[in-house]
Amino acid sequence: MNRFRSGGLTGFMLRRLLLGLIVLLMVSLVVFAATQALPGDPARAILGRAATPQSLAALRRHLHLNQPVIQQYLTWISGLLRGNLGMSIAAQQPVTTVLGPRLVNSSVLVAVSAVASIPLSIAIGSWAALKREKIFDTLSTNLLLALAALPEFVVAVILVILLATTVSQVLPAVSEIPPGSGPWDHPSALVLPVLTLVIAVAPYVSRIMRASMIEVLESDYVEMARLKGLPERTVMIRHALPNALGPVFQVIALNLAYLAGGIVVVEYVFNYTGIGSALQEAVVNHDLPVVQALAMLIAAVYILLNLLADVATILVTPRLRTRL
Amino acid sequence: MTVPELDVQPSEPSGAAVTVQDLTVAVSPSGTPVVSDISFEIARGEILGVVGESGSGKTTVGLALLGHARRGLRIASGSIHLAGHDLLALSEDQLRRLRGGAVSYVPQDPASSLNPALRVGLQLREVLEAHSGGRDAGHAERVAEMMREVALPDDRAFLRRYPHELSGGQQQRIGLAMAFANRPRVIVLDEPTTGLDVTTQAHVLSTIRELARLHNVAALYVSHDLAVVAGLARRVAVMYAGQVVEIGTADELFAAAGHPYTRRLIGAIPRLTGGRSLLGIPGRAASPGSRPPGCSFAPRCALRIDECEEAVPPLRAVAADHLVRCIRAELVLGQEQSRVGDPIEMPAAGADAAALSLEDVVASYGRQEVVHSVSLGLTAHECLALVGESGSGKTTIARAIAGLHHNWTGTIMLGGVPLETSARHRSADVRRRIQYIFQNPYGSLNPRRTVGQIIEQPLHVFGLTDGREAGQRVAEMLERVSLTAAYAARYPDQLSGGERQRVAIARALVCDPAVLICDEVTSALDVSVQAAIVELLGNLQRDLGLSMLFITHNLPLVRSIAQRVAVLHNGELTEIGEAAQVLETPGQPYTRQLIADTPSLETAKADLGLGDSPAGAARPGELA
Amino acid sequence: MIPAAGISASPADAQVRPVRASSLMRRSLRLWRTRIGLILVGALVLLAIIGPFVAPHGQSAFIGPPFSNPSGKAPLGTDHIGQDVLSRLLNGGGSILLTAIIATAAGLIAGTVIGMAAAYARNALDDVLMRGMDVIMAFPQVMLALVAVAVVGPHNWVIVLAIALTTAPRIARVARGAALPVVERDFIACSEAMGVPRWRILFVDLFPNILGPLMVEASLRLTYSIGVIAALAFLGLAPNPGAANWGTMIQENRIALAVQPWGAAAPIIAIALLTMGTGLIGDGIARTAAGIDRARGAE
Repeated sequence: MNRFRSGGLTGFMLRRLLLGLIVLLMVSLVVFAATQALPGDPARAILGRAATPQSLAALRRHLHLNQPVIQQYLTWISGLLRGNLGMSIAAQQPVTTVLGPRLVNSSVLVAVSAVASIPLSIAIGSWAALKREKIFDTLSTNLLLALAALPEFVVAVILVILLATTVSQVLPAVSEIPPGSGPWDHPSALVLPVLTLVIAVAPYVSRIMRASMIEVLESDYVEMARLKGLPERTVMIRHALPNALGPVFQVIALNLAYLAGGIVVVEYVFNYTGIGSALQEAVVNHDLPVVQALAMLIAAVYILLNLLADVATILVTPRLRTRL
Repeated sequence: MTVPELDVQPSEPSGAAVTVQDLTVAVSPSGTPVVSDISFEIARGEILGVVGESGSGKTTVGLALLGHARRGLRIASGSIHLAGHDLLALSEDQLRRLRGGAVSYVPQDPASSLNPALRVGLQLREVLEAHSGGRDAGHAERVAEMMREVALPDDRAFLRRYPHELSGGQQQRIGLAMAFANRPRVIVLDEPTTGLDVTTQAHVLSTIRELARLHNVAALYVSHDLAVVAGLARRVAVMYAGQVVEIGTADELFAAAGHPYTRRLIGAIPRLTGGRSLLGIPGRAASPGSRPPGCSFAPRCALRIDECEEAVPPLRAVAADHLVRCIRAELVLGQEQSRVGDPIEMPAAGADAAALSLEDVVASYGRQEVVHSVSLGLTAHECLALVGESGSGKTTIARAIAGLHHNWTGTIMLGGVPLETSARHRSADVRRRIQYIFQNPYGSLNPRRTVGQIIEQPLHVFGLTDGREAGQRVAEMLERVSLTAAYAARYPDQLSGGERQRVAIARALVCDPAVLICDEVTSALDVSVQAAIVELLGNLQRDLGLSMLFITHNLPLVRSIAQRVAVLHNGELTEIGEAAQVLETPGQPYTRQLIADTPSLETAKADLGLGDSPAGAARPGELA
Repeated sequence: MIPAAGISASPADAQVRPVRASSLMRRSLRLWRTRIGLILVGALVLLAIIGPFVAPHGQSAFIGPPFSNPSGKAPLGTDHIGQDVLSRLLNGGGSILLTAIIATAAGLIAGTVIGMAAAYARNALDDVLMRGMDVIMAFPQVMLALVAVAVVGPHNWVIVLAIALTTAPRIARVARGAALPVVERDFIACSEAMGVPRWRILFVDLFPNILGPLMVEASLRLTYSIGVIAALAFLGLAPNPGAANWGTMIQENRIALAVQPWGAAAPIIAIALLTMGTGLIGDGIARTAAGIDRARGAE
């Protein structure tokens, strides 16, 4: 009588997905409402002072600016769903064209950072928990504590000082990816940004891994496993690790989501051609369609990552599975 | 099973399965002893009971038999001869080969000792694999056999369950199966029935008896419950403050103990027959590091003389196979039977006006009905006990009366006036007249307030007094519950469990309630502390003329405090009547079953002799 | 959810016992890390407060050619338009600190109230509040601040609002998590049975018992807030573009890192020390609280 009904898990995922969509919808309302609050006239901003009233009127009609607010919102939303993200005011090109390659670049950056940081953090955290209060633990904990407190741009600039300009010059200070090529064509450009992001994320994941592992190692069931005479390796891998990983997934997802926001600053520092720097430029230029589109995108990624984290936690915690 | 090859010269064998000599376990860096001077033997097929209250060190001794000490502790000296080896001379690796094999452990809390992420079948199988050098086709059959031995289903579907999908009793049986799997020579059982219902407990105990007999295993049974131990063990060791203070056969100990502490402990145990007041032991046990130089029980002992405090008394023989750690043991032995309290003066539950009455009360959690149309009455000045197992609905009823549980229908009347479902909707006067004391002494007091502030709170809430007068009232209440006025400035985490319950009682009584509801108020306390609290409550109830509703799952306790008793089963009132009558001549089958399953000193001998008590025999497939 | 650790010899013993706030602070000061953190933070706060009064030159005074090396007149050299780096450094911390403290405090208050209310309610209100928090948390902090600034402009109140708004849900989560086990405990039920009004239960009974985790999270949030505000300045979105501001300085002067590093390095060091200080204090408090719980559990 296997109590684990797969329908239960799929049902759960669907429910969470639905909830996520609702949250996304609310986010879209907020984003749209926020941008509506902007004083000033977008049509005039695009055409400049010399525009004639007729061209202004024509552009306003084209941009749907004379329609009621609800209508504008619905137009925008339906456009989003169809993949039409509007026109960038600054670049005078569809937002998708502007953001497309940059999205690829940023995804590569985040992916490489994740792949580099997560296993490393889990390993550091587990080892520190195992060799608790010994040298490795004390050193790593204090070092990671110091690094965790630093804002990313501080870390980025320090790395630039140390490795690119002042102290040594082994890596490039600027990581611009020219259009038409991808980050894989310029691996050395990736190093410093990835290093910055790894330093931003690793302390948190390893700290939670350490705490989780310590709690598990002191649990009754691990003690019982030892009292049954099981070899230490079995105790660690079969009994301790699965239970320790549960809370870690949440933190990993949170940190990946954090990366989605953190790349804004990091890309700016290294002039990396990604959506982070696009956002910064768009903000400075009041390029609202781009800002809106990026806000929605990042929110969607965040929500998706949280969903994945919840699912992963459930998979690792049988007790929660059977309640579905 | 054969003794494993450990590359160590086996020490000289003795007849016993395990021999402990001069064992001392200490705190790791500082060396403060936690248990000291422990020596005993257990023969094959024999069960030795180790009894003690919290802090006595009994669990530490149990774990030491596996060569294990909790984090922060270290086995400092002594010897433990088991399976031909001195455990304390072995390396960690060698010890591991013995654990689960030659000597195994049944933990106290099965729920937390089973890995929540692994299926139970795997957790059973791995104990076999660890001691037979790897996976083996025969293991599947062995596991099925193990399950049958503990009266659990042996099919694959059951083995694929996770621990949280099993009941408490089933989890404990899995623990037993794991412990007996490799046919060990010695088993350590650490209070394995704590937290189980009386009925479940009876089943598990009979399983233990059966398996120990079948496999001729030497067992160490650690417990705080003397009645359980009496029904299981031939010999008993009593521990206090980290030392064995008495050891002998169960018969002798319970008939005429030699140590004052043992006597007091036995006197504190509630009896099913005969309403006698319980006597607690004044003071509390010293923790490791602050133990007095001489006899550790001396500060609390009525027979203390100056010589007792000079040196630790040696454990000496007062009869064949009866050792006592007391210089005045002969005097103690000469005293009459275990000192029990005087019979209680119970005022007849007369035709006084009903203080509280329930009519057709139906209570639910969500849509699930848990109390089905219960009606009962509590007259003024009487104490009514409400007994039942977990899930019987007794706490739900209590909380409904107090207005803490809102989801109920029916009528509850206080002095003839019907009550609202929720406390918030009741008048201040009504709220004042019903007071509630909770089970958990560690959760019912706000840790961020002083004792004085806690006791004063009802005075402020009901606007009765404040300022200096309130302070005086607090001091008065503290005296009444046998704490000094100095306690008012302390914080709860500086108090023991018994002292905290006294504060809770003071808080409840400070505003002169009419009805006092005591919800399992002693379940979390040691036996001697329980006796003292029940003694206090009984006196207060009689002195102040309170109407008291006393909720408990502990049947014998009822005789020491209540005039009438109501028995609940699955949300229904099955029997109600005079306490003496219901408990000595029960009318209903469920009540009879409960009484039969309740371990008690009186019936202990019967259990031992027969091997299975009729009520406890478990059949395969039966729930636990 | 990891099961509780430790088989207790006595029943019902292993409960988390919260600590009094004053004694928590006092005890955490015994740790060297808290002391170092306090020294760092104290020094930099002092720098930020009295800096403007002891600066050798005005923050916008031109005293030499841009990016000139340290000299007697300008111990840390000059910046990208010839202003004295040292003077700008001494003037540059105040606004960041003040904004961070106000924003964090606002978020702390709002988040604590929401978290406690959600934990105590344990019903539909809990769900609604926490979903609302989720919506806000769908935005990384920097991003929401950016969007807000994009829409309204880089005003002080916008930044404070944006940070307070994103701090509140994170605090609410922690407050709720810490409050849930406390709400289950009998002394709360006791107050309810006595009919104590709900707000009193929240603030007098519940709040003092969640101080430990709350203090830890508060110091963490302060660290973040400082980081975000400095990052915004770095991105060119400080309220007063010309005024001295550590974040802005880094951006202005990093172009010359190879030549005159101090223009960017000095404010970098200042921010680094400040955030490490607050981080150490928070960690010290966290360790003390955990250590006290452990010791109590072993009693």
